[in-house]
Amino acid sequence: MAVRDPAAPLRREWHRFTPAERLARWALGLVCVAALVWAVRAIDIIPEFLADAPEQMADLLVRMWPPDLAHYYPAVHVALIETLHIATLGTILSFFLAVPVALMAARNICRVKALNLLAQLILVSSRSVNSLVWALIFVAVFGPGPAAGTMAIACRSVGFVGKLLAEALEETAPGPQEALRAAGAPWGHIMAKGIWPQVQPAFWGIALFRWDINVRESAVLGLVGAGGIGVVLDDAINFFQWERVATVLLAVLAVVVVAEVVVTRIRARLI
Amino acid sequence: MLAPSPPLSIRGLFKEYVPGKPVLRGLDLDVEAEGITAIIGPSGTGKSTLLRCINRLVEPTSGEIRLHGENLAALRGRALRLARRRIGMVFQEYNLVERLSVMENVLCGRLGHVALWRVFLRRYPQADIDRAFALLDAVGLPEHATRRADALSGGQRQRVGIARALMQRPDLLLADEPTSSLDPRTAVEVLELLARLTGEVGVPVLLNIHNVELARRFARRVIGLSEGAVIYDGPPDGLRDAHLRAIYGGEDWL
Repeated sequence: MAVRDPAAPLRREWHRFTPAERLARWALGLVCVAALVWAVRAIDIIPEFLADAPEQMADLLVRMWPPDLAHYYPAVHVALIETLHIATLGTILSFFLAVPVALMAARNICRVKALNLLAQLILVSSRSVNSLVWALIFVAVFGPGPAAGTMAIACRSVGFVGKLLAEALEETAPGPQEALRAAGAPWGHIMAKGIWPQVQPAFWGIALFRWDINVRESAVLGLVGAGGIGVVLDDAINFFQWERVATVLLAVLAVVVVAEVVVTRIRARLI
Repeated sequence: MLAPSPPLSIRGLFKEYVPGKPVLRGLDLDVEAEGITAIIGPSGTGKSTLLRCINRLVEPTSGEIRLHGENLAALRGRALRLARRRIGMVFQEYNLVERLSVMENVLCGRLGHVALWRVFLRRYPQADIDRAFALLDAVGLPEHATRRADALSGGQRQRVGIARALMQRPDLLLADEPTSSLDPRTAVEVLELLARLTGEVGVPVLLNIHNVELARRFARRVIGLSEGAVIYDGPPDGLRDAHLRAIYGGEDWL
């Protein structure tokens, strides 16, 4: 007869996962690896090109150096300013479009379920289309130039701005709104004094954040002819003027860094 | 001579949030022209629902609520808004607009009267501003007018809440657990202020309150509510342990 450990019934075992969970985790890991392998095989890497990639990169950098800074003014400068205008105007325009949609999407403000869904559909469709695709559409409508770029930026931003704004609206405390309603305030007054003060920091935060993104997005819109610095970049690449390409890239980098710093500073003051 | 009809008269007030489970079961209640009427009762018994049915933050299922003869339960749209302007409300969580100044929070009591463009541009009528300053003096916060509401303590916030409600020049003031979030001393101070200021202008107050002692101390009349029906209705010194047992159930706590 085997010797029984008298403490055995008292010993309690603990495992983080049940056997079934462990199996599932292994399976999940296997799926991830499979997906990775499949993806790598699908993108058709040509071994010869991969092998001399470092060489090519080095060559490109050498061609870019030194940047053709003389080219900055006026061509790059004018395009850069145009890019900023596209970003700013596009952001402002997007707010005019996004505010009504956000009000319609916020379930605590618009009580009609069908309208909530419609607003959400508008917001999702705006976001599902990349700004380059929007730009292609508006170049077809308005012809090439910054007008198309501005509309593209605006339409792409509506989804982003509207979604964040609707979330901010839904997060507002109901108490103050209830108090104003109890005092007999009409709808517009409740919006102005019960809701707006609560979403104001979020509103300006979203505006700055989106403007920051739009500065970067509008820099590439020129690739499809929608105005801005992308046009200059595209031309320079097409003519193999790599020194000019370097100048454009440096200019964009400088603007993005400045925008980042400015936006961060203002946002810190807002709250 | 006929006794004047009470300003607030409730008849057969029913409210059910879920069909078949009434919170208020055919409540009848008259509130006199002056003084504090305290409503006591266990949580979930419909005290808040009763107050919110009066200014229609909650829709009554059936029944009549007459304020100076007008049936509030039947009002809609603009008429309801105009009626709400005459009913002040003080909340447990103060419900101030946190990011607005104390002054603007008090002026919020006048939002039903001021044109939207004035509200937007903060161009409130001077008469309203004068009155708001007077009320801030009365609640003891004269130097806090420009501070933001979220910078105030709980007691100070509730004082602003009272000033906002009085800013409406109400015919009736509803106070829904106004002291439940305050420490005992501040609670007494706030209730003293509420009693004094509403007494001065002769506004009747309906006060929901958990604290039986405070109800006894400040109310002219106490209504004990349990499961949506009135168990006790009378002067505070008529309230006996037997009543409290009937209202709250059990007896070990007494």
